[in-house]
Amino acid sequence: MEEFKELYQEIILEHSKCPRNFKEMEKPSSCANGHNSMCGDKLIVYLKLDPNKKIIDVSFKGVGCAICIASASLMTEAVLNKSFLETKAIFEKFHNMLTKDCNFECLSISEEKLLALSGVKKYPVRVKCATLAWHTLIEALKAL
Amino acid sequence: MKYIKKDFPIFKNQKDLIFLDTAASAQKPSCVIEAEKEFYEKYYANIHRGIYKLSQKATNLYDEAREKVRNFINAKYFEEIIFTRNATESINLIASCLAKDIFQDGDEIIISALEHHANILPWQLIQKFKKIKIKIISIDDEGNIDFQNFLSLFSNRTKLVSILHVSNVLGNILPIEKIISEAKKRKVLTLIDGCQAVSNFKVDMQKLDCDFYVFSSHKVYGPTGLGILYGKKDLLEKLSPYQGGGDMIKSVTFESSTYNDLPYKFEAGTPAFVQAYAFSKVFDYLENIGFENIFNHSQNLLKYLEKNLKNIFKDDIKIFGSNNKVGICSFIIKDESSRLKMIHPHDIGTYLDEFNIAIRVGHHCAEPLIKRLNISSTARISFGIYNDIEDVDKLISKLKDIKKFL
Repeated sequence: MEEFKELYQEIILEHSKCPRNFKEMEKPSSCANGHNSMCGDKLIVYLKLDPNKKIIDVSFKGVGCAICIASASLMTEAVLNKSFLETKAIFEKFHNMLTKDCNFECLSISEEKLLALSGVKKYPVRVKCATLAWHTLIEALKAL
Repeated sequence: MKYIKKDFPIFKNQKDLIFLDTAASAQKPSCVIEAEKEFYEKYYANIHRGIYKLSQKATNLYDEAREKVRNFINAKYFEEIIFTRNATESINLIASCLAKDIFQDGDEIIISALEHHANILPWQLIQKFKKIKIKIISIDDEGNIDFQNFLSLFSNRTKLVSILHVSNVLGNILPIEKIISEAKKRKVLTLIDGCQAVSNFKVDMQKLDCDFYVFSSHKVYGPTGLGILYGKKDLLEKLSPYQGGGDMIKSVTFESSTYNDLPYKFEAGTPAFVQAYAFSKVFDYLENIGFENIFNHSQNLLKYLEKNLKNIFKDDIKIFGSNNKVGICSFIIKDESSRLKMIHPHDIGTYLDEFNIAIRVGHHCAEPLIKRLNISSTARISFGIYNDIEDVDKLISKLKDIKKFL
C-alpha cells in the first residue's frame, strides 16, 4: 500500500478533484487534442503566447484518471511564463523522472510540484496517463 | 462449483490472486496445460506432411480436435469448423472473402451499436475496395437493441447482419434467434460473434441456423492463438481462399493452383494444431461441470455482487446493462467532490490491484458503445467458473473503503 499512497498522495488527489486552469480558452494562440487510446482519456490543451513566444496563458479540458488530470493541472502551473524551449526541457526532465532512475533536478518553485508525480515510476502502465497532457501541450506548441 | 479453483494452477502459484477479468481471457485448467505438454512430449510432428507414423498420429489428433469442436457447438459437418488465430481473424476472414466473392458496390451490412472493435474494423477495411454501407442498430440506455430500428435498416441491398451474441462490455445476452430469423426471412446472411457466449452457455449451430459463428479458444479456458470459425458448408464452398500457402492447395504450378477441400482451404500454413488438441480437452471438462451449473453459478455471483455494490454505494454507483446478462458487471462510482463527478475507473483498477484483485478498466475495445452511454470508460468485473463468493466478499471489502484513498 506504500507505493499506492505515494502515487495517490494528497497533492495529486487535490489537483485531480479540483484541477487548476480547467477551462476552455477564448481565442487561444493554439490548441491540441490528446487521446490515450488504451483507456479512452481525452484532453484539449489551450495556449496563449506573447509576441516573444512565451506562454502567458494555458488551460485544459477533458476527462481522465486522477493521475492524468492532476498531471495536466500541475503542468499548467509549471509552464506558465516559459518559452517553447524551456517547456520542452521541463517535459524531458519530467519524462525522465517517470521512466528512468534519475532524480528530477528542480529549477524553480513552479516545477517543484511536479515531483509529486514521481510515484508513477513504480507503475509503468500509468506513465501514459501522466504524460498525456504534456504530449498534447507539445503538439499545441508545434502547431504554432 | 466449490472445488473448481484447484483445477487451475495459476491460483496455486498466485496465492492471493482474485481474478475478475475472465471476459478478457480465461485462466487455464490443468487438463489444457497438460494436454499441450503431452502433445509436444509424445506426438509432436507437423501435420499433413510426413508419411511417417508420428506425423499421421499428430494429424489424427488435429482432426479429432476439430470433430470435438463440431460436436461441442453441434455443427452438422466436420468441414464447417475452420481453425484460425482468434475470433478477430475469423471475422476478418469472412469480411475479406465476402468482399471478394459476394458483395457488390452499393451493398449494405448491418451491425449494432454494441459491437467490439473486431466486428467494426474488418468491415471498414473492406470499404477500401468495395463501396459497402455499414448501418448501425441503435440501442437504449441499458444496451437493449431497438428491434423496430433493426427491422427498418433492411433494404434490398442488405447482404449481411453481423452482430455479437453477448456484449463484452455490458454482458447483455442479445435475442439473436430473433435476429437470425428476421435476416433469414429476407435471405440476408448472418455472422454471430460468440466470444462471450460460448463460455457461459451451450450454443447449437443447427438450432441457431446462422451462416457464420466465431469465437476464441482463450476465452473458453483454452489456449491462446486459436480461434474458431463456423460456417455453413455450402457457403464456405462458394468462397475463395483467404490466404495462400501450404496445406490449402491440391496442386501448384507457377501459372495457377487448385485449392484444397474444406476445411483445409481456409487454413494456409501450419496451424495451431497442438493448441487445437489442448482446446478439445476443455469440452469434456466443461460438460462434466455442466453448463446449467456454470450459468447459474455466475448468475448467483453477479446478483450477490450487484446487491452488495448497491448497498454500499447507494446512488453513487451506476451499473450498466440489462437484466438479462452473463456474469459481467460494468460500473462507475460517482464522486461529487471531484470536478469529473466520478472516481475514474483507471484509478479503481490500480487501487484494487494493490490487493491483487484483477479487474478490467477502460473502453473494453468498444469505443462507440462507451460514447453512446455518455461515459469515457467503465470498471468491469467478469466471472469465470473458478470464482466464488469469497472472491466477491474480498472485492467488496476493499471497494467499500475506496473513497478513503481516492
